[in-house]
Amino acid sequence: METLGALAILVAFCLAIYSVVASVVGALTKRPYLTVSGQRAVYGIFALLTVASAILVYALMTSDFRFAYVAARSNKAMPAVYKFAAWWGGQEGSLLLWSWLLSFYSAVVLATNRRKFRDMMPWVTAILMFTQGFFLTLNTFIEPPFQMLAVGRGITAVQDGQGLNPLLQYWTMAIHPPTLYLGYVGFVVPFAFAMASLITKQRGDAWIATTRRWSLITWGFQSMGILLGAGWAYAVLGWGGYWGWDPVENASLLPWLTATAFLHSVMMQEKKGMMKVWNMVLVSSTFFLCIFGTFLTRSGIVSSVHAFAQSSLGGWFLGFLGIIITLTVMLIVRRLDYLRSETHLESVLSRESSFLFNNLILLASTFAVLWGTMFPVLTEYVMNEKITVGAPFFNKVNIPIGLFLLLLTGVGPLIAWRRSSWESLRRAFYWPTIMFAAAVAASIAMGSRHFYASMSFGLCAFVTTTIMMEFYKGSRAIAGKSGMNLVRASIELTHRNTRRYGGYMVHMGIVIMFIGFSGAAFNKDTTREVVVGDRFAMGGYEFHVDKITDGDNPNYTWQRAEVGIYKDGRFLQELKPERRVYLVSEQPTSEVSIRRRLNEDVYLNFAGMSQTEENKAIIQAYIFPLVSWIWIGFAVLMFGTAVCLVPSKARLSYPRTEVVGIHAEEKSLAK
Amino acid sequence: MKTYVKFGIVMVGIIGTLVWLAASGINESKTYYRTVSELKTDSSQVGKRVRVTGDVVPGSIRREGTLVHFRIVEKEHNLFLNVTYTGKDPLPDTFRDNAQAMADGQLTAQGTFHASSIAAKCPSKYEADPNKHPADVPLNSAKPAAI
Repeated sequence: METLGALAILVAFCLAIYSVVASVVGALTKRPYLTVSGQRAVYGIFALLTVASAILVYALMTSDFRFAYVAARSNKAMPAVYKFAAWWGGQEGSLLLWSWLLSFYSAVVLATNRRKFRDMMPWVTAILMFTQGFFLTLNTFIEPPFQMLAVGRGITAVQDGQGLNPLLQYWTMAIHPPTLYLGYVGFVVPFAFAMASLITKQRGDAWIATTRRWSLITWGFQSMGILLGAGWAYAVLGWGGYWGWDPVENASLLPWLTATAFLHSVMMQEKKGMMKVWNMVLVSSTFFLCIFGTFLTRSGIVSSVHAFAQSSLGGWFLGFLGIIITLTVMLIVRRLDYLRSETHLESVLSRESSFLFNNLILLASTFAVLWGTMFPVLTEYVMNEKITVGAPFFNKVNIPIGLFLLLLTGVGPLIAWRRSSWESLRRAFYWPTIMFAAAVAASIAMGSRHFYASMSFGLCAFVTTTIMMEFYKGSRAIAGKSGMNLVRASIELTHRNTRRYGGYMVHMGIVIMFIGFSGAAFNKDTTREVVVGDRFAMGGYEFHVDKITDGDNPNYTWQRAEVGIYKDGRFLQELKPERRVYLVSEQPTSEVSIRRRLNEDVYLNFAGMSQTEENKAIIQAYIFPLVSWIWIGFAVLMFGTAVCLVPSKARLSYPRTEVVGIHAEEKSLAK
Repeated sequence: MKTYVKFGIVMVGIIGTLVWLAASGINESKTYYRTVSELKTDSSQVGKRVRVTGDVVPGSIRREGTLVHFRIVEKEHNLFLNVTYTGKDPLPDTFRDNAQAMADGQLTAQGTFHASSIAAKCPSKYEADPNKHPADVPLNSAKPAAI
């Protein structure tokens, strides 16, 4: 079976090379049978990699410890869901997942677009399969997942595996890597379309719509992956943080930032024919940053809590990056003529310039994060001394950037295309500015002495007001004409232009998340050694450490503190933070216990029993105001993204007006 | 062209502010990588923000109130460094005997290293090294009393 798996990967590798060659030769010599066979090869690769993945997953599920991969990542006592998740728990498996997802995306792209863009598709295929070929090289030769343990000649079979890292045995961790990969891998599609459009000198903007849609889907997955990782860090790592500016977190943020910039600036290209070169650069850098992020995660070049062990992969990734960057730059330079802007910027006070500022700021943030992440590597290279920068650096740069972006979120939609007058701005921003001032005043009155936090609350009110005004204006117009009530009218409004109003919803999600981020300015914490039966107080709560219990199951042993939470003498809830020691890996972990509420989370970590004094438990208590709003805002953001993907009613009705006859006929047939 | 000049001025203003913020951020948080031997031999390191890496000496982890004392060893030169963890975040779960610990903090004149944050990488984190077993003795306080 393992031979079949390895063979499937090897054949897929050969098919990928064939597909690249057939597509390129077929496109250059205009031989359709070659390009079509190149496309068929893509489906073949998907089928083969599905088989290979299925074999690996089957081995994991059945605890087949003849496989080196299974023995190192899984053990018998692990729940089935984590056995499955062990697929991406290690280097070889997660690279296989990468390849499989890429082949899945490629197959979907071809199935849905092969008729739409006949001249572009061979090139799209070639670019996708070139990337696929690179990852399959890794799967086949560098990190093969189907290595077997030699048994016999004095070597005994492995009885039980080493188990998945206990920190990864948590539900968001089981789905965080695949969603993040869906994001990472997905950005190759917009890149392939952009490059193919350059090669074939596409006229018109049809391909932009496709690219934008794909970017949005992958952007959604990337956002989800990042947020799941943040949720995991918050609930598992025990220090209550959701973001630590760790190199690997940064690696996932970088392409997200450039993709966000692209999603905005591509509107400039669609509506005004501007910034074409810029968009090419953004699409390409997003893809490069995805590959770079994967490289950063797997090469061990910067020290990180996530980083996989040192491996020989680094050189391969750098080589691949070098090739694609060189080819992309050459291609863009050769096509500069074709990418010339059709219009010019007319005024600093215009929608166009708000987009430019948005892009500038997002890029500045990308650069700052990249700079900070690579700082040890850069200083070692330039000054021969390794220097690292920490969270204060990232926060100092990115908090003002975040607030400025928030401001633009509110300003952008209200400002006119081409040019705006001060007078119209005054009218448009009258209410939002009042709400801004009110929110700042309210936050100061409630005790905030934190400049950025108060600004953030003010800006959140500002943006919320502008979004509400937009919805209200549009719905009232519809309600007035059609007699619908305002709620129905606002749904109708959204349906008519899903991109615009879905986009507002995404903005609203971001605003809500900023409320959550701002709460971090008011965090409280304490570490106490408490005699069991005793109590302590913090932030208006009283904590009664009632008792310590322990026990075990086949996967781990545990020790649990039972802590009653009281406020003003009233019992609220019992929290049970826990320490576990996983038997197979002998790894201790802490299971924090959280009382999640909209105003603030009470978060308890049980650090263990005191070593110096009997019967004393070490309890770390935290209060995290407003943290829940991050997860709520994220849900809103995902909903908004989904709305953006729903086709607008207006566009649907366009072909209808053209082909009335047929449509009427269809309708009568349907009845 | 006037538009582009105006636009340029605003952009330069924004970028200038960000560069200034970045520079001050770097100055505030830059940390030098030092080895245990460098800390032992060079007294000018006292009071500087540095990051030092070493293996946690088995059995050396001792909790005293909210402070945690332990020793790390630089295996090449067999040099030991006493570390006191003064930070408030809980220590990572991977921090235990034999783990590779990365401590950020300052060397005191007495020769003890005061760490404000600690990251630890368990030897078996992702890639199991067949020659090394995961630490035999887990972090003392972590093991439930019942066993």
